[in-house]
Amino acid sequence: MTPRPTTRLSPRSAWALAALLPLAFLGVFFAWPVLAIVGLGLGEGGVLPVLARADTWDLVGFTLGQAAAATALALVAGLPVAFLLARCRVRGAGLVRAAVMVPFVLPTVVVGLAFRALWPDGGVLPIVLANAFFNVAVVARTVGGLWARVDRRAEDAARALGASRSRAFTSVVLPSLAPAIGSAASVVFLFCATSFGVVLVLGGARHRTLETEIYLRTVELFDLSGAAALSLVQFVAVIAVLVVGALARRKREKSLSLRVEPPRRPTGGEWGVVVAAWLVVAALLAPVAGLIARSLATDDGWSFAGYAALAGTGERGTLAVSGLDAALNSVRTATDATLVALLVGVTSAVVLVGLRRHGSWFAETLDTALMLPLGVSAVTLGFGYLVTMDALPGDFRTSPLLVPLAQALVVTPLIVRIVLPVLRAVDERLRQAAATLGASPWRVWREVDLPLASRSLLAAAGFGFVVALGEFGATSFLARPDAPTLPVVIARLMSRPGELNSQMAYAACALLMVVTTAAVLVIERLRVPSGGEF
Amino acid sequence: MFRRVLPAVTAFALLTACSVTTSDAPAPGERVVTLVTHDSFALSPELLEKFKADTGITIKPLAGGDAGEMTNKLVLTKDAPIGDVAFGVDSTFASRALKEGVFAEYASPEAQQGAQRYQLDPPNRLHAVDVGDVCLNIDVAAFKDIGEPKQYADLADPKYKDMLVVEDPATSSPGLAFLLGTIATFGERNWTNYWGQLKANGVKVVSGWEEAYTQDFSGSSGKGPRPVVVSYASSPSAEIGDDGTPRTKALLDTCYRQVEYAGVLNGAKNREDAEKVVDFLLGEQVQADVPGQMYVYPSREGVTLPEAWTKAAPLPASARSLPAAQVDANREQWVQQWRTLVQG
Repeated sequence: MTPRPTTRLSPRSAWALAALLPLAFLGVFFAWPVLAIVGLGLGEGGVLPVLARADTWDLVGFTLGQAAAATALALVAGLPVAFLLARCRVRGAGLVRAAVMVPFVLPTVVVGLAFRALWPDGGVLPIVLANAFFNVAVVARTVGGLWARVDRRAEDAARALGASRSRAFTSVVLPSLAPAIGSAASVVFLFCATSFGVVLVLGGARHRTLETEIYLRTVELFDLSGAAALSLVQFVAVIAVLVVGALARRKREKSLSLRVEPPRRPTGGEWGVVVAAWLVVAALLAPVAGLIARSLATDDGWSFAGYAALAGTGERGTLAVSGLDAALNSVRTATDATLVALLVGVTSAVVLVGLRRHGSWFAETLDTALMLPLGVSAVTLGFGYLVTMDALPGDFRTSPLLVPLAQALVVTPLIVRIVLPVLRAVDERLRQAAATLGASPWRVWREVDLPLASRSLLAAAGFGFVVALGEFGATSFLARPDAPTLPVVIARLMSRPGELNSQMAYAACALLMVVTTAAVLVIERLRVPSGGEF
Repeated sequence: MFRRVLPAVTAFALLTACSVTTSDAPAPGERVVTLVTHDSFALSPELLEKFKADTGITIKPLAGGDAGEMTNKLVLTKDAPIGDVAFGVDSTFASRALKEGVFAEYASPEAQQGAQRYQLDPPNRLHAVDVGDVCLNIDVAAFKDIGEPKQYADLADPKYKDMLVVEDPATSSPGLAFLLGTIATFGERNWTNYWGQLKANGVKVVSGWEEAYTQDFSGSSGKGPRPVVVSYASSPSAEIGDDGTPRTKALLDTCYRQVEYAGVLNGAKNREDAEKVVDFLLGEQVQADVPGQMYVYPSREGVTLPEAWTKAAPLPASARSLPAAQVDANREQWVQQWRTLVQG
C-alpha cells in the first residue's frame, strides 16, 4: 500500500477550521458591537468614579445574590421534574414536557404582574420566585436529556449490593448527572443575573440590578460612560461565574455508558419524587391558570370578548395585524432563529467534543465564549448594533435578518449546553470500534454519535424555538410595528387602559402559550425511532 | 434519522413561510420612507395603504423604544440615520434632539392648521403631531362620600391618605411628566416640600404605568386598592360602563402637557418623500385617527374627537408645561433629588 500524499489536515487543524463558524458568528454579532458601544462609553471617561461608588457594589451584590438564590431554587424544583420526564412511564408525561416550557415564553412584565398580585409590594422573595419560575424548564430539559441516557445498570447494581435508594442516587446517579446539572446551573444563573422585566416590576426602585441600571443609564439618561463601566463590571462577574462553572465541569466530564433507557413505572420511594415533580408542575401552572382567568374575567362575569377581539385587529382596530397574524410572525421569526442557532450550536458542540478529545485549552475558551451572550445586557448589545451594523452591506441595523441572528446568540449556548453533555458522554470505544471497521469520521458521527444524541438534539431544537418565541429584547429592539410578534402585541395591549384591552392582552398570552405547547409537541413528535441499536 | 426528520423540518419551514426565504427588500424603483417611531405608534392600516396609493410611497415603521430611548438612538446614529423621518420625540426630550442636530429644517404647509401652537424652534425642525396630557385619574365611585380631590395640593390632605399611586420618574414617562407637573406648579424651590407631604400621606411608587393602572388603581379592571393614579387625560374614554357613564375621571387641574413631534431626519435618503410623510402625519386623516389608535389628542384644530372622548375625556383646558430647555438641563438632577427624597 503506497502512502498517500499528506495534503490532509491534521485532525486538530480540521477542528480548528470548523471552529471558525461559531467564532465568526460570535465575533461579528456579539464581540464587535459590544466592544464598540462599551468603547464609546469608555472614551467619554468617568468610569473610575462609577466603580468607586458604594452603590455600584451594592448592585453587584444584589445581582449575584438574587441570581444564586433563584438558581438554587430552580435546581431543587427542576430535578424532580427532570426525573419524571426522563425516567418515568406515567400518564401525561408528554404534556408535562410541553407544560414546563410554557413559563419560558411568557413576557416578563406579565409574569411580574402575576407575582405582584400575590406580593403587592414586590421585594426580594417574589423576584427570586419569578426568576426560578422562568428557569425550572432549563433544569428539567438539560438534566432530563442526559438522565434519559444514563445506564440504569450501575444504579441497579449498587442497589443489589445493598445500597439504599438515596445512597445509590448520591453515589452513582448524581455524579453521572453532574455535567448536565453544572451546565443547567450556569445557564440559569446567567438568565437570572441579567433578568430585567421581573426586577423592574417587582423591585421598583428599591431593588436594582446591574441589568436594570445599565438599561436606565443607556436608554433614559444616555449616560454611556456610566453604562459602559457597569457593563464591564457585569462582564467580569459573568466571566468569573463561567470560569467557575467550566472548572466544575472539567472535573466531571467523562464517558458514561449511554443507552436508550426506556422509562419504566416508578417503584416504592420513587413515587415520592414523582409527587414532588407533580407539585412543581402544579406550582408552575398556577400563575398560568391565573392569566387565563384574567383573559376571561369581566365586570359582569365570564366572557370570550378578549379572544373574539384578538381574532380581528382589536377594539376600533387598535392592532396593526390580528392576533393570529402576530402568532404567525412569532413562529416565523422563531423558526429562523432556531435554524441559525442549530447550525451554529451543533457545529460548536461537535467542535468542542472533537477538540476535547485532542485535549485543548482552546475548547474551554470557546465553550465559555459561547456562553457570554447570555450574560450581557440586551440593551448594550442593541445599542452596539446601532453603532456598528451599518458597516455591513445593506445597512444591517434595520434588516429583518438581525432579529433571528440576535436571538440565535441567546439560543446557541442553550443548544450547546443540552447537546454537549450527551455527545461528551458517548463512549469512545464505540467510535473506535466503528473506525476500526472502516467507517469514515463522518460515518462514525452519523452512525454512533448522532443516534445517541438525536433525542437531545430535538429537545434542544424545541427548547431553542421556545426561547426565541418568548424573546423580547432583540425583538423589541427591531420591532416592526407593521409585523409585530405576539410578545410585542402583548406589550402594546398591556400599555392601554380599558377592560377589553386588558382581556385581549391576557388572551394574547393564552395564544402564545398554546402556540408554545403545540410547537413543543410537534417537535417532540419528530422523535427518531432509536431503540435497539445497542 | 434524516430520512424522517428532514422532510418534516422542510415542510414546517415551508408551511410557516419562514422569513429567511422571503426577504422583504423593496422592489427596485419602489419608494420607501422609513419612519422611526416610539413603541406606542399605531395608525389604521387603511390610511397607510391609501397614502401609498395616492403618492406611491411605502411607509416602513421601525419602533425604537419609548420617547427617551428613541431620542437617544437618533442621537447615537445622527451621522448615519436609521430612517428618514422620526415621530415620537416629545417635549421632554426635544431639546436634546435639536441641540444634537438630529432633525432637518422643513416648513410643512400643514403645520399652520394648529401644530404651530406647539412650535419649539423658529426654524421649525419639529412639528407637533399630537398632545398627550398626563393627569391624575380618580375612581369616581370611591369619592361619593368624602368629596373628590381637585388639585395637587389636595393629595397631601390626610383625608386622602394612602389613596395615591404614582410611577417612578426614572423608569416611566407618565411618572416623569407628573413630577414635572408638580415642579411647574410648586416651583423649583418648593416641589420637594410637596413630595415630602405626599410621602407622609402614604403615596405608593411603582416602576411603570402597567402596575400602577392595571393593578393598584381601583377604577380599572384590576380593581386595586388605590382610587387615585397618575395616568392620561384620555384614559377615562376606555373606562365607560355599560350604562354609558364613565367609571373614572381625569382631574383637569393636575395635567402636564407632553407634545409629540415628527421631523425629517438630517441625512434622510430621500428628502422630498420624507417631507411628504411629515405632511401626511399632520394631515386631516391621520389627525382624526390618532385618538383611537394612540390615546392622544390631535395637534390640528377642528378635528372631531371620537364620541367616548367628548363624553369622558375632553382635552384639558389649562395643562401645565415647562420649557423644553429647562427640562433638558435639570431632568437628571430632579429625578436624582426625587429618588433621594421619596425612596431614601
